[in-house]
Amino acid sequence: MLYALCFLMFTIGLYCTVVKKNMVKIVIGIVIMEYAVNLFLIMLGYRIGGVAPIVVEGHVLGNFVDSSVDPLPQALVLTAIVISLGSLALIISICVRTYEKYGTFDITQIRRLKG
Amino acid sequence: MTIFYILFLFMLVAAIIAVETKKLLGSVICIGAIGFGVSLMFLFLRAPDIAITQIVVEILGLIILIRATIARDLTFISGDREFFGVVVSVVIVLVIFLAGVHIFETLPEFGTPIFAETTGSASQTYISEGFQKTGAANIVSAVILDFRAYDTLGETTILFTSILGATVLLRKKSRKLLGEVDA
Amino acid sequence: MSGMTIIVKTICNWVKVLILLFGLYIILFGHATPGGGFAGGVILAGTYVLIMLAFGREAVEKNLSPSLAGKLLSVGAASFGLIALAGFLFGRDKFLWNFIYQKWPDFKFLGGGTIDLAEFAIGLVVTMSLYLVIFTISVYCRDFKCRDKQCDIPVKEREQN
Repeated sequence: MLYALCFLMFTIGLYCTVVKKNMVKIVIGIVIMEYAVNLFLIMLGYRIGGVAPIVVEGHVLGNFVDSSVDPLPQALVLTAIVISLGSLALIISICVRTYEKYGTFDITQIRRLKG
Repeated sequence: MTIFYILFLFMLVAAIIAVETKKLLGSVICIGAIGFGVSLMFLFLRAPDIAITQIVVEILGLIILIRATIARDLTFISGDREFFGVVVSVVIVLVIFLAGVHIFETLPEFGTPIFAETTGSASQTYISEGFQKTGAANIVSAVILDFRAYDTLGETTILFTSILGATVLLRKKSRKLLGEVDA
Repeated sequence: MSGMTIIVKTICNWVKVLILLFGLYIILFGHATPGGGFAGGVILAGTYVLIMLAFGREAVEKNLSPSLAGKLLSVGAASFGLIALAGFLFGRDKFLWNFIYQKWPDFKFLGGGTIDLAEFAIGLVVTMSLYLVIFTISVYCRDFKCRDKQCDIPVKEREQN
């Protein structure tokens, strides 16, 4: 059920990317899709009643293996979040340059891009 | 468990408002609301590293987005694309959603991770031997900088390249050249 | 023109030191507590953004000019590569080998061997790159707003030209 809600959020982002014609709205759809995918990957590794994957002093190791959540998706998502910020900056700079050249954010008005 | 449903309700409402509102500034602020909801969700999912990173990245991303859109609401764009294209797109998105929901039924139940049931999986090795092999008590740090450091090397390259691209696109010299051609 | 009111400037003077310390703490203790190079680097970049918003762009340009930031960014990326290559020097043919912890496990610099050094390098890369991109966008938007008010031509006429 929670996975389906996550997928619903992804679908909202996909709808925004496909249907809207404002350029910033398309960027916003991409950002929503990124959030949904990151959230889904973290939810895959969750264990009910688990602890964060940090070894604390006085921990029994066998107990820790049985109660920790999955550290692997967390490590992968950590890099993905920072990369998404860099790519957001690149996309926004492309949008700003396009606005300066054509005077609008409307992708249907940008004639020379129309195939 | 109920906290997850409440946070998801909050995020879905914010997402719908962000998609459907007319003003760009309001839409960007709703993106911030979704980001903070996601950060809280990470905290409740026992991932404090990612919660810290998400909440800080969210603030910087909001500053970038607002800086880019705040003076540019002059041309008021509303509505969607042509009618036929919109209908086809919505049908395709609906089909993707209805087909995808059935796939999620084959996954294990929420709260029972896959790595716990398979013996000898990579995550079990990281958890049980990570502290002895690297000396780092935070297993996530041990994974991103020791076991899977190639990932981090590639990530640094991607960040370097994307920032280089943004800087080159926005610097003064190229702007002057293009401006003369446009006028 | 530069900056906001005196209230914001005074509060910012007090708070910026604390935020810098917090970012450095998160980078230093990334091996034992939540955090690490990524989160700490973004927090350090946030300090510069706070100063830029409160005092105006000239104040931050005096402290850390964009060309220096670009050089530091390159230094960070290169030092991460050198840490990766140092595994060849000290050990057998292993790229990205945690040589400090494997050869001298008793030597505790902070606890994690090369993990701490790599976290410093990543923190430097993330800080400088985010500072550079926000600085560039800020400069660009300022110039652009002035030009936009001058030539206030509607879109359709602009397209015909």
